[in-house]
Amino acid sequence: MIDTLDQIFVLLKHWIVSFLPGACQPAASVVISVAVIVVLFPLLFALTTVFERKGLARIQNRIGPNRTGPFGVLQPIADGIKSLTKEDIVPSSADSAVHFLAPLVLVVAVFMGFAVLPMGRNMALVDMDAGLLFFFAIGASTELSVFMAGWSSRNKYSLLGAMRAVAQMISYEVPLLMSSVAVVMITGSLSLNKIVAAQNQYTFGLPHWYIFTPWGLAAFLLYAIAATAETNRSPFDLPEGESELVAGYHTEYSGFKFALFFLGEYLAMFSISGLGTTLFLGGWSSPLEVLGWVPSWFWFFSKMMMSIFVFIWLRGTLPRLRQDQLMNFAWKFVLPLTMLNLFVTALWRFLGDGWERWVFCTAILVAAYVVMGRVEMRAEHFGPRRYRYAE
Amino acid sequence: MTFAFWLFAVLTLAGGLAAVLLKNTVHCALALTVAFAGLALLFLDLDAQFAGFAQILVYIGAVAILVVFAILLTRGSETPQEGVFSHNWFAGLAIAAAVFAVLAWAVLASAHVLPHEAAMPTVTVAQIGQALIGRYVLPLEIVALLLTAAMIGAVIVAMDEKERAK
Repeated sequence: MIDTLDQIFVLLKHWIVSFLPGACQPAASVVISVAVIVVLFPLLFALTTVFERKGLARIQNRIGPNRTGPFGVLQPIADGIKSLTKEDIVPSSADSAVHFLAPLVLVVAVFMGFAVLPMGRNMALVDMDAGLLFFFAIGASTELSVFMAGWSSRNKYSLLGAMRAVAQMISYEVPLLMSSVAVVMITGSLSLNKIVAAQNQYTFGLPHWYIFTPWGLAAFLLYAIAATAETNRSPFDLPEGESELVAGYHTEYSGFKFALFFLGEYLAMFSISGLGTTLFLGGWSSPLEVLGWVPSWFWFFSKMMMSIFVFIWLRGTLPRLRQDQLMNFAWKFVLPLTMLNLFVTALWRFLGDGWERWVFCTAILVAAYVVMGRVEMRAEHFGPRRYRYAE
Repeated sequence: MTFAFWLFAVLTLAGGLAAVLLKNTVHCALALTVAFAGLALLFLDLDAQFAGFAQILVYIGAVAILVVFAILLTRGSETPQEGVFSHNWFAGLAIAAAVFAVLAWAVLASAHVLPHEAAMPTVTVAQIGQALIGRYVLPLEIVALLLTAAMIGAVIVAMDEKERAK
């Protein structure tokens, strides 16, 4: 019974596929999995928009959407109808072909990232040997679509927003990759299924998640910072800072194309939260051994939605950074700490199983954090902003 | 020569041709990216996962962005009024044909040099990683050092200009 519930989606797929002739069964199996991903995550996106608006409203002491349906839960449907029926305006000076392609490229590239995420036991669409590499390769190609959107609009706000977005995404992609490399060093595999399997073990009923090790906690925090910047979320939402750039690279998009950008942004949040869950929070494994009877997909999605909640919470709490602060933070603080964390991970790997590695690794990381924080705060001259290259 | 191969080959060639023939420089850069993507798909079609993903990560994720930034940050990115063909296109054509001939000759000759390579070798990403860290660790480190030196050099060059301007 428990196993049936755990594997219910896999069994359901096998049951549907069994009605088809043998020759087209493998293809049908893939098509069904893809269709589920393509339907499920936009639905989750609709749910998240209302969740976010309600949550932000609560933080800002407002009520939030409450007109459509009970407690405003039908708001995403109204928004969807609105964006579908709105006029699709393309500026007359815009490069229409590139302007049309940009949102499509973004959404397609973001959807492909879900292919390798293990969303439950036996629930990864492709069990790829180089799954992590695939995820980052696909993630890197979204930058180009942001540029395409900003450049083709022929609008200075769009272009500035796109330039900011691309610069930010390139800067934070390095720590994002490097913090994940720590996990690869310990697991010895790029396959996301193997990374989850390595964390799905228990001592005294407690899981072996990587976040519960000194290097894992540091890598997770650095990953979370880089992921927030990579998805252009507040406090790193400079590319679409409303007070400066109208809406950044999608200023000149309206109607359904704008909705596609919105969708792409949230899907990127889902996929990067899913990857963080897989790498550091044990993927689909349960947080306590006694809770092993709860279906694995439940754990994956609840961990992912918890990360989304943290994203929303941060957005409601933190003010936006300035562009120079953003870049300094990436290159002078996050990147050196990620490099050091790689060294600490290697130390952890070769120090043996004793208590020494806990003390050494924690001490190095805490000392580096304190010293770097102190030194950089001292070097920071509080006063008017000074530019080195653009004066 | 499967259907997938022909599809990717046509995609790659179309991207390359468009990169040469289009007038707008940014369009050329985007067409070049299509050619990069086609090459990556060809690598994946040949079961070379590492080469394919590295192609996407490096060329589409970094080189294409670099090209686009270089176009936008330098002058002359406006579309030229007259054609994009230069006056000495004949010399360019001859050089391109010569390079193509040498490459084609090398590829065709390899079948005679290595006649027993009919079976496709299966190389996993893990094997490549082990080879890079084990047997080829010295070349890897030298390349890393070279790239670091080049990066520091680029930063120094950029800073020097500012000093002189003062």
